Amino acid sequence: MIELETLTLFFSDKEELVKEILGRYPDYGQRSAVMPLLWEVQRAEQHVSEPRIEEIAHILDMHPTEVKGVMSFYSTYHEQPIGKFHLQICSTLSCSLAGSDEMYDFIVEETGLVNGETDRDGHFSLQKVECLGSCTTAPVLQVNDTYYERVTRSRCKMLLDAMREGEMPELERERGGDNAGEGQAELLGGE
Amino acid sequence: MSTAVTDKPKPITSRADERFEVTMYKYVGAENSHTLNFYQSHGGYDAARKALSMEPSAVVDEMKKSGLRGRGGAGFPTGVKWSFMPPVDDRQRFIVCNADESEPGSCKDRYVMQDDPHQLIEGLIIAGHAISATKGVIYIRGEYYDAYERLRAAIAEAREECYLGENIFDSGNDFDIILHRGAGAYICGEETALMNSFEGLRANPRLKPPFPAQAGVYSRPSTINNVTSLASAVHIINKGAEWFNSMGTDDSKGFHHMQLSGPFKRPGVYEVPMGITYREIIYGLGGGPTERVKAFIPGGSSCPLLPFTDEYLDMPMEYASLAKAESMLGTGGLILIPQDKCIVDAHYNIVRFYAHESCGKCTPCREGVSTWLPKMYQKMLAGLGEPGDLELLEDVSANIRGRSFCVLADACIMPVQSSIKHFRAEYEYLIDNGKQLYPRKTWWKDD
Repeated sequence: MIELETLTLFFSDKEELVKEILGRYPDYGQRSAVMPLLWEVQRAEQHVSEPRIEEIAHILDMHPTEVKGVMSFYSTYHEQPIGKFHLQICSTLSCSLAGSDEMYDFIVEETGLVNGETDRDGHFSLQKVECLGSCTTAPVLQVNDTYYERVTRSRCKMLLDAMREGEMPELERERGGDNAGEGQAELLGGE
Repeated sequence: MSTAVTDKPKPITSRADERFEVTMYKYVGAENSHTLNFYQSHGGYDAARKALSMEPSAVVDEMKKSGLRGRGGAGFPTGVKWSFMPPVDDRQRFIVCNADESEPGSCKDRYVMQDDPHQLIEGLIIAGHAISATKGVIYIRGEYYDAYERLRAAIAEAREECYLGENIFDSGNDFDIILHRGAGAYICGEETALMNSFEGLRANPRLKPPFPAQAGVYSRPSTINNVTSLASAVHIINKGAEWFNSMGTDDSKGFHHMQLSGPFKRPGVYEVPMGITYREIIYGLGGGPTERVKAFIPGGSSCPLLPFTDEYLDMPMEYASLAKAESMLGTGGLILIPQDKCIVDAHYNIVRFYAHESCGKCTPCREGVSTWLPKMYQKMLAGLGEPGDLELLEDVSANIRGRSFCVLADACIMPVQSSIKHFRAEYEYLIDNGKQLYPRKTWWKDD
């Protein structure tokens, strides 16, 4: 006999959270909560499944198709689960000029995944993304919510090795120009 | 062939040079600069108190006098935009901050939000007072998670001190901020698409008119500004419109942020007064290129590229000069294009970006930008170009330009057209020979 998994509602034990999210928006704009609610599910479950879409639709008195319409518009909500380490490689011009195309090839070779895939045990997933707004510290590799900037080949290898062991490697501070902070940068024209 | 430097030079800052006065970025990068304590230790929220003691119209006048033009790319005078709001009635009014920074080449907003979030909150309080809005919205792009967390914490700190909420600063005014996170769509940087996205709709742009001042967020009167436009308001109120106005040129006042990327010796974000030359920016601040360069994109990927020649290098960084050169100041994201990079390949990268980000609402963009352009570039780059392909590309481009629903398609077409104008020979070589004139494929540094 096949045992069916019983489906538990995601938001049923999160009344406070739902209340807080809905409370951010005015009464006439409750529909604005659709993106934050999608985010909650995406972060907790690495994807947003059909039942969750229906659940959100029910909370906001929308049709599930409308919720799916919103969800499918954006790059960072996923219909299929992404990995524990979601590797997002910026492929736009500044990063490309700093070698992000080769970085992509390198990561493909290292992980055996191509754009859009998640590995069998849900460890790594790979996504080629457009400009992440880290152009002055290119190339950038975003892992989940963390930006690894100025990633060289050796550093990329080191990052992947650490993540294979289940670790999120420490960030190196990468800044340039006036955002480096006082005392952190050489003064233009000397002292 | 490449002469890339392998040692990492220390970043350089313009702080010590008396020609430059780093204002908005002064505390960016400093330890704990994101906290309220730190912000108040150097006069934070003084400008908000000052603005709240002024009449809203006086704040708008000060902004008009300052000559500040929107820093999000379009360069519309901020004070004038604020004055478009209809007279106060019983409708809720909104001040919206466009923090969906996604123009390739740009990253100036990210550091302000991450390291100095109170500066943006203060800017919103000032703008909110100026347009008599009691609600602010910050729409931040989904990828900026660190900045989102910092902003969320900063808003909580400000609420605790009654700088946000009811009767802020004991002024009798109410003002609060809704922080909303995007989820990865460039089109949300378009003001009406942003509003749809915020409202929980698909982020398609809206027809204008009505403009946001008449019917913006939830169809209520709204004004929308870029992060650094709003943060500039803090310093304009603090130091006065004359101070801001004294920097720059006739049509371009104050300071701007140049974000240098590509093969620079010292890439980074630099706060510079308007009107300094591209030579000063590229060589003085950026330390010059690390290899031979043939062109530069002056202000983010949608701005047409300019050849790397004395004529353009000695051009002042101001709106009028760039318009004359048939390009744009944009967001200030300056990208150098190395001599070795195939121009067609570089522009395929740009086209692919816009193809991915087209929302699909209107035909010229969906069929032209999203379908035809990438296909034509793919054909050429695969070595399958035929006589007539370049003319077809020009024809398609000319038919898209100015005919799309919003400016996304134009943002794609303008760089394409300028690349053909300045580097036609590279397109012709590729079509005639089936291979790139500059076929270099390795750009990644090994250590």
